[in-house]
Amino acid sequence: MTQSPTLSRRSTQSAPAPRKSKRSGADARAGYTFLFPWLLGFIVLTLGPMVSSLYLSFTNYNLFDPPKWIGLDNYATMFQDERFLQSVGVTVGYVVFGTPLKLAAALAVAMLLNSKRKGQGFYRSAFYAPSLIGASVSIAIVWKAMFGDSGPVDQGLSFFGINLGGWVGNPAMTMPMFILLTVWQFGAPMVIFLAGLKQIPNELYEAASMDGAGPVRKFFNITWPMLSPVVFFNLLMETIHAFQIFSSAYIISNGEGGPAGSTLFYTLYLYLRGFSDFRMGYASAMAWLLLIVVGLITLVIFRTSKSWVHYSGDSK
Amino acid sequence: MTIMATPKQSAPMLSTQDYNPKSESTGTKRVKSVAFHAVALALTGVVLYPALWMIASSFKPNSEIGGTNTSLWSSNFSFDNFVTAMDGIGGVTTLQFFTNSLILAIGAVVGTVLSASVSAYAFARIKFPGRSIFFGMMIATLLLPFHVVIIPQYIIFNQLGLVDTYIPLLIGKFLAADAFFVFLMVQFMRNLPAELDEAARIDGAGHVRIFCSIMLPLMKPALISTSIFSFIWSWNDFLGPLLYLNTPEKYPLPLALRLFVDQTQSSDYGAMIAMSVLALLPVLIFFLVFQRYIVEGVSTQGLKG
Repeated sequence: MTQSPTLSRRSTQSAPAPRKSKRSGADARAGYTFLFPWLLGFIVLTLGPMVSSLYLSFTNYNLFDPPKWIGLDNYATMFQDERFLQSVGVTVGYVVFGTPLKLAAALAVAMLLNSKRKGQGFYRSAFYAPSLIGASVSIAIVWKAMFGDSGPVDQGLSFFGINLGGWVGNPAMTMPMFILLTVWQFGAPMVIFLAGLKQIPNELYEAASMDGAGPVRKFFNITWPMLSPVVFFNLLMETIHAFQIFSSAYIISNGEGGPAGSTLFYTLYLYLRGFSDFRMGYASAMAWLLLIVVGLITLVIFRTSKSWVHYSGDSK
Repeated sequence: MTIMATPKQSAPMLSTQDYNPKSESTGTKRVKSVAFHAVALALTGVVLYPALWMIASSFKPNSEIGGTNTSLWSSNFSFDNFVTAMDGIGGVTTLQFFTNSLILAIGAVVGTVLSASVSAYAFARIKFPGRSIFFGMMIATLLLPFHVVIIPQYIIFNQLGLVDTYIPLLIGKFLAADAFFVFLMVQFMRNLPAELDEAARIDGAGHVRIFCSIMLPLMKPALISTSIFSFIWSWNDFLGPLLYLNTPEKYPLPLALRLFVDQTQSSDYGAMIAMSVLALLPVLIFFLVFQRYIVEGVSTQGLKG
């Protein structure tokens, strides 16, 4: 670096015009060389498979015989397949109740922690920990044991005179159990909310206090609009994630989606169809439907975001 | 941080409303602080209860896990469950499962760090035709449900005779298939001053040298976050091994756990939970060692757990 002054003068003086085009040509080569791993992976592991799963979704394919074109039959069959419809119901219920509850918990706790009190770092870490392990097989096993017959949850509720029995075997209680599992992992969005809350200038609250605004008005007029980009990010990511829940559902239901199909999450049914029944065309059709639905939801979140997400960049 | 500190000092003389925190007496402040810690500690108890219950149960005899279950304490704590758990399942020792998990996780870390940093450099620092299109596609894969690719991927690997090897589980890591890490590194590199590579280029350094001797050293924080998270994700991965591995000798811990659950069918809860604890142990150690790092990583880069 020390020799740069002399070198730089020489290089800028000697023929600047051709150098530039030479440089952009070299840049293009370098660009694609550096991008090569990602590009190869993108083509071989993402784009290619996407195209072929789209093709497979119009076929009957069992991995052994060549695929047979059946047009839209797979898609048509889906809507008469009771198990499929059930899996949609289970997943939608989980996303619609689990995600907002998780985000509400995350926001509430983030607001509680957003102060300069001692111990904040400890609480933040403690609350975050479940997010790191929540999707693991170990936690699924623990959840199953805790919510099983005469498990600690059953015992604890009995103490208050609520006798539900084990949640795992009760089709009405499996959904609350899974929702609790996702709400338990509120830490990741909480940490992101907390980072967002710290960005809100304190002067805004000071000014609002002087104008006589109470905590509720402060929340709706300052916190919520200022935090909306973070809410948007969390809502999008958590919704997409929620649709893809698999490991916990597989472990808790022994890979069957029971009892009475109450834990037959979409991805679990897709897995069973594709890799247990070897109906890979059907499973591909399910995968594409999931892609379309997730894509539409992403689009809706993006579109509606204009009305409720405020980016402070343009107002300041 | 500085903006937050200043108004606090000037506020007391301006505010008159009694709900304003600045006009509070030290007494009410004390009460509020105690209330805060009471609520936060209670919440910590609830949040950590499942983890504590898991650890406590792993030391308890089977009879006590089924009985008075809520208690975290027992007078009969012992390592028996761990001894059973270490025996493994299906003739394979738990140590073998551990080794398998470790091989996969280390492979994932090496592959991801190499491929993601190189690809991110192209996105962040080199101008070439098509860059913005590819960048858009990379972002799109962030939101892509991976189920649309698993079936064709499985078919390809099956035809290549690679099922029941680690290649299908690792190849994506070496090809930067986890777009999240590429994105993270692109964001990180974009925040490094452009003068750095301009000066180096004037000195005649090529992209390889700029990448190796300027970017990589500066990217340390991003490389560490990537390593931590790719290790933990690989360690916890269940669907990948479930799809591709058939022989128990090759199973990583999550699959071994499933096998354990299938075969013992709740007859030996204690050993099952002990094995769950063992499987989580590296993640918990990682968390304790790198907790600041991990939590900071999440808050600044929006990483998921």
